Amino acid sequence: MSRQMTGAQMVVQALKDQGVDTVFGYPGGAVLPIYDAIFQQNDIRHILVRHEQGATHAAEGYARATGKPGVVLVTSGPGATNAVTGLTDALMDSIPLVVLTGQVPTFMIGNDAFQEADTVGITRPCTKHNWLVKDTDKLSETIHQAFHVATSGRPGPVLIDVPKDVQFATGDYVTPEKSSTGHYAPRTKGDIDLITLTVEALEKAERPVLYSGGGVVNSGLGASQALREVVAATNFPITSTLMGLGCYPASGDNWLGMLGMHGTYEANLAMHDCDFMLCIGARFDDRITGRVDAFSPNSFKVHIDIDPSSINKNIHVDVPIIGDVGSVLDDILEVWTARGRKTNSEAVAAWWKQIETWRAVKSLAYKNSDSVIKPQYALERLEALTKGHDRYVTTEVGQHQMWAAQFMGFEDPHRWMTSGGLGTMGYGLPASLGVQIAHPEALVINVAGEASWLMNMQEMGTAMQYRAPIKQFILNNERLGMVRQWQELLHGERYSSSWSESLPDFVKLAEAFGCKGIRCDNPADLDEAILEMLAYDGPVIFDCLVEKHENCFPMIPSGKAHNEMLLGEASTQDAIDVSGAVLV
Amino acid sequence: MNALAIKKGSSGKSAYNLRNPLGDHQETHTLTVLVDNEAGVLARVIGLFSGRGYNIDSLTVAEVDHLGHRSRITVVTTGTPAVIEQIKAQLERMVPVYAVNDLTVEGQSVERELALVKVTGAGEKRVEAMRTSEVFRARVVDSTLESFVFEITGTPEKIDAFVDLMRPLGLEEIARTGVAAIARGA
Ligand SMILES: Cc1ncc(C[n+]2csc(CCOP(=O)(O)OP(=O)(O)O)c2C)c(N)n1
Ligand SMILES: [Mg+2]
Repeated sequence: MSRQMTGAQMVVQALKDQGVDTVFGYPGGAVLPIYDAIFQQNDIRHILVRHEQGATHAAEGYARATGKPGVVLVTSGPGATNAVTGLTDALMDSIPLVVLTGQVPTFMIGNDAFQEADTVGITRPCTKHNWLVKDTDKLSETIHQAFHVATSGRPGPVLIDVPKDVQFATGDYVTPEKSSTGHYAPRTKGDIDLITLTVEALEKAERPVLYSGGGVVNSGLGASQALREVVAATNFPITSTLMGLGCYPASGDNWLGMLGMHGTYEANLAMHDCDFMLCIGARFDDRITGRVDAFSPNSFKVHIDIDPSSINKNIHVDVPIIGDVGSVLDDILEVWTARGRKTNSEAVAAWWKQIETWRAVKSLAYKNSDSVIKPQYALERLEALTKGHDRYVTTEVGQHQMWAAQFMGFEDPHRWMTSGGLGTMGYGLPASLGVQIAHPEALVINVAGEASWLMNMQEMGTAMQYRAPIKQFILNNERLGMVRQWQELLHGERYSSSWSESLPDFVKLAEAFGCKGIRCDNPADLDEAILEMLAYDGPVIFDCLVEKHENCFPMIPSGKAHNEMLLGEASTQDAIDVSGAVLV
Repeated sequence: MNALAIKKGSSGKSAYNLRNPLGDHQETHTLTVLVDNEAGVLARVIGLFSGRGYNIDSLTVAEVDHLGHRSRITVVTTGTPAVIEQIKAQLERMVPVYAVNDLTVEGQSVERELALVKVTGAGEKRVEAMRTSEVFRARVVDSTLESFVFEITGTPEKIDAFVDLMRPLGLEEIARTGVAAIARGA
């Protein structure tokens, strides 16, 4: 049975049928009919952000925290172009988003009409797929298909551009069950021969390492469960990318910490010296590999990824397994169990001894101070005082982001949201808002840098409007800290435009928004100030004044190998040569 | 560990069937891509090539299945073996793509291109142009007292050779379709 309704009503009905409860958006001329339809119902909650970029990042936070796709509704022209950064961010980090944009009426497309932009053209390279719907009869099926594409295979953002006349016109509504999802059906089951080969290698491995990534989060809770079982049963050491933190608990015995440019000494050296590497839903990104020709030179590499284009892109692997990591890990466990669950435990024990010597280096150690708050100390205290809470952490981009990854521990997936692939300053505040909307009772903290935070600070207004008690923990070094660090190491300490000048008074700013502001600049007062933030029932802007010229270590400079890591200030002299300076 | 015996080509989908991706020599491959004939699909494919810095030597597209709304894109591209493998993987994961075939590695194939070549001149040159066209089995599809338009079909190399010979004989203008290709046999 098909039902007749307007295109605008179809949008709302299709979202309901897809199980959507929240839409992040901003109205305008080209989406007024859809806003009218939203006004006349109560199942879908619309969160009015303050900028369309905020809507996309909020939807990303929502998606990351729930495992469901985030939904965005914006108007044509500037509404759509403002959404581009969030789309690109979601594409790089494989976050499922469904973005609906209004468009000028079909008969005006191409006329440079008011607020016309070639939205599908602009967003083609930054979406997994996009559609311009010119016929109301096709609208509902397209929306259902969009959800299918966003969430299957490697997740990602999709966009549907809906001209205003299509929203007004009447057509047949098709339910998700009756809709064709098209022929897009990525392979999820791994090749059994390759899985057997992996198990054979795993049984013999003397110096194994498990290298997990964001794919484990995307695969769902079952994948994290299977990963934990593999670690427990093999006693193999495990590390993770920035995107995969929490899939294996930070408190777990086999946890090496994060790997990569600012990863721990033990994680990176284990990667470099291992003889068996199992890459699980990660993509050998340049922040991970460092110098490609020196990357883990003596290992037998297995790569599990649902996206065939991630395989052999940067690093040539010995066994490529295309499939969903959860399903492949289950199969690995099954095959391995059938063969008697053997490992080379003696050799692995010796490998652990070696790893312990690397751990003993304590690569995250820093020099604390009584007079000034060290950013690392601030995060250690934040971690200690919030550990037991039902907690979610988002970040902005910069040094604070890396310190948060190093000093905060994540016990479960979906608890940590950060902009990894694109490195988008301005992500954290709206993302924290999206997380809080999804989990109203939880403690949601955005660990921010003062410069990043200013990029989307308008979203404090949204937090106030919807009573989202997000905690903005700003590590204020009055610097574009990460830029300053690179200038110190690579550009002769010439700090070109990397100072945060003319900063607002964050406490007064909080008052202006109607929320609470807290400032702390003394290590002795820090615990009390954090507790005050936690106790406040509402949004808080916490201005934590920290050491201005602290550098983030360890660091593998661009163009260097894992075993050429800088551990602290003393090791930085002439560490980076000209060839490294051209890299990002 | 590296001595671990690997069964090459243990399954049809196995990436062991890939040629050594570590070679850094350039190869030219002819790929055919079967796609939904939907708006923007060509822009998507071209955008992939330009956005990721891949080469397009030739590209043709036309609907091949009207009822099924499917088009076939034939693209000739040049790159290292690893880049060619990336191109195929990137094409394969696009939502409107049904299938990608690499005719250069999947057995023998036939490649044809059509060109229209305009040659102007009189006297001996005009006669010579006509004679050469017969050798190449080009057809005259238009003629005036001072010009010919030849239609020639063949491999891109054959067309290149014909065009080179026409150059001193008064070559005016060339229109080429780009390569259409298909695997041999059933
Ligand atoms: C939108 C955007 N613009 C520029 C950059 C480059 N960038 C990376 S980190 C950084 C400085 C961030 O400063 P802040 O937020 O204060 O963090 P800190 O490094 O000081 O902790 C900049 C400018 C970026 N990542 N994103
Ligand atoms: Mg800063």
